[in-house]
Amino acid sequence: MTEGLYVASRKGLVPIRRRNRGWEAGAAAFLGEPVSAILRDPRDGTLYAALRLGHFGCKLHRSGNDGASWEELPAPAYPAAPEPDAEAPALDMIWTLAAGGPDRLGEIWAGTLPGGLFVSPDRGETWSLVDSLWSRPERGEWFGGGFDHPGIHSICIDPRDPERMTLGISCGGVWKSDDRGASWRLAGQGLRNAYMPPERAYDANVQDPHLVATCAASPDVVWCQHHNGIFRSTDAAETFGEIEAPMPSVFGFAVAPHPSDPATAWFAPAVKDECRVPVDGRMVVTRTRDGGASFEVLGRGLPERGSYDLVYRHALVVDASGERLAMGSTTGNLWVSESGGEEWQQIDAHLPPIAQVAFV
Amino acid sequence: MPQVSFTGNLRRHRETPVTAVEGATVREALDAVFAEDPLLRGYVLDEQGRLRRHVNVFVNNAMIADRLGLADPVGRDDEIYVLQALSGG
Repeated sequence: MTEGLYVASRKGLVPIRRRNRGWEAGAAAFLGEPVSAILRDPRDGTLYAALRLGHFGCKLHRSGNDGASWEELPAPAYPAAPEPDAEAPALDMIWTLAAGGPDRLGEIWAGTLPGGLFVSPDRGETWSLVDSLWSRPERGEWFGGGFDHPGIHSICIDPRDPERMTLGISCGGVWKSDDRGASWRLAGQGLRNAYMPPERAYDANVQDPHLVATCAASPDVVWCQHHNGIFRSTDAAETFGEIEAPMPSVFGFAVAPHPSDPATAWFAPAVKDECRVPVDGRMVVTRTRDGGASFEVLGRGLPERGSYDLVYRHALVVDASGERLAMGSTTGNLWVSESGGEEWQQIDAHLPPIAQVAFV
Repeated sequence: MPQVSFTGNLRRHRETPVTAVEGATVREALDAVFAEDPLLRGYVLDEQGRLRRHVNVFVNNAMIADRLGLADPVGRDDEIYVLQALSGG
C-alpha cells in the first residue's frame, strides 16, 4: 500500500507520512498559499504543485526530490492578444494536472479555468494551449459552475492507449480524443441536468460532470459524479446511464473508482447543490459494489452529527490496493480508511480547506 | 533613470531588488526589470500584459491610469512602485 499522501490546501501543501505511530502531517510547502492541484508523475516520481496566489496569479512548481525542494516553472499561459485587450483570456486556475502516457516521458497535461487544456512535452518547462479544443465552436456555450468561467477538472488518459483521452468540463460536458488531443468530439450522451430548460436536459455540451474518473484496470468503465446525480459508462464515456436514487442523496463532487473492480466506487454525498453539507449533519461515504445497483452507507469513524464537511472533487481517493482511501474536506478534516471505507480514522482536524488529496 | 521597487510581499516568491532601468513608460520600465527575471513578470502582469487585478502601480505618488497598456509616462527621476492590494483571511 501507499505510505504517503499530499494534501493540497488553501494554505499550503501538506505532506502526510505513515509512521509506526500512524499517519503524521509534516511541514507544509508553500505555507500560506492556496494550492489548487498536485501531481506525482508515476513515470519518474516528479512532483508538480499548482498555486493560485490571491494577488500574483497562478504558479507552477516542480520537485525532483520528493518535495525537499521546489523550483518554479513557467505557468501555462493563454496566447497573448495582438493588442491590449481587456477581454482576452488569462489563466485563472490550474484545476488538475495529469501525467501523459508511458510512451512519452515528461508529457504533462493541465486542465484550467477559463476552460483551456494545456500540454507540456518537457516536464513543465514549456506549455502550449491545445487549440483543437479551445477553438471548438461549442465552447461558446460552456459556462462556469461555481467559478466565473468554465474549467477542465478531469483528464483521463487510457492506460491501454494514451492516444485516447477523456475530459470532464464544468460546465462543458465530457469530451474525447482518439489522437492524443489533435481532435476532439463531444461524448457523454445520457448525462442529464436539471438546471437548464427541460428540452436541453440531455444536451451533452452543457452538462456539469463534477468529476469523471475511470477504473484503472477497466478503463471503459467511467464513473461520473455529476451536479445532478451519479452516472456510469461502460463504453469509455460515449454513453452514460443514470444511477437510480443513490442513498442518501444524489449530490456530491467526488467519486473514487476502485482500481481493479469496475463495479466498485466510493462517493461523498451532500444534501444538494444549494445546501452543501452532509445529510442530517452526519458525514458518510457511500460505496457501491454492484455498479450502482445498490449503495452501502459507511460512516464508522466519521462525524455522526454536526458536520459541515464537504468533499471537493479531487479530495476522495483510493490507492492501487483498493483498500486504502483518503478523504479531505472543506472544514479541514483529513481521514484515512485502511478497510475499503468500512472504517475511517481522523488524521487531522485542523487543516485549511482541502482542494485535493493524492497518494504518492 | 526611473527607479522600480516592489512590494516586500513579492520577496517570498522572487528576488526583487530596487532597480534603476531605462524606459519612457511604465511598460518599458517594467519590461526592463522582467528581462532580468522572466518569471517575475507573471506576478505583476497576466499573460495579456495587463496589470493583475490586485496589484497596483504608482509613479511617485499617483496610481497609473492605464492598467491595460501601462502607457503612463515616466521621467528620468521618477520612482515606480509595484504594490499589492490587501485582502484575504
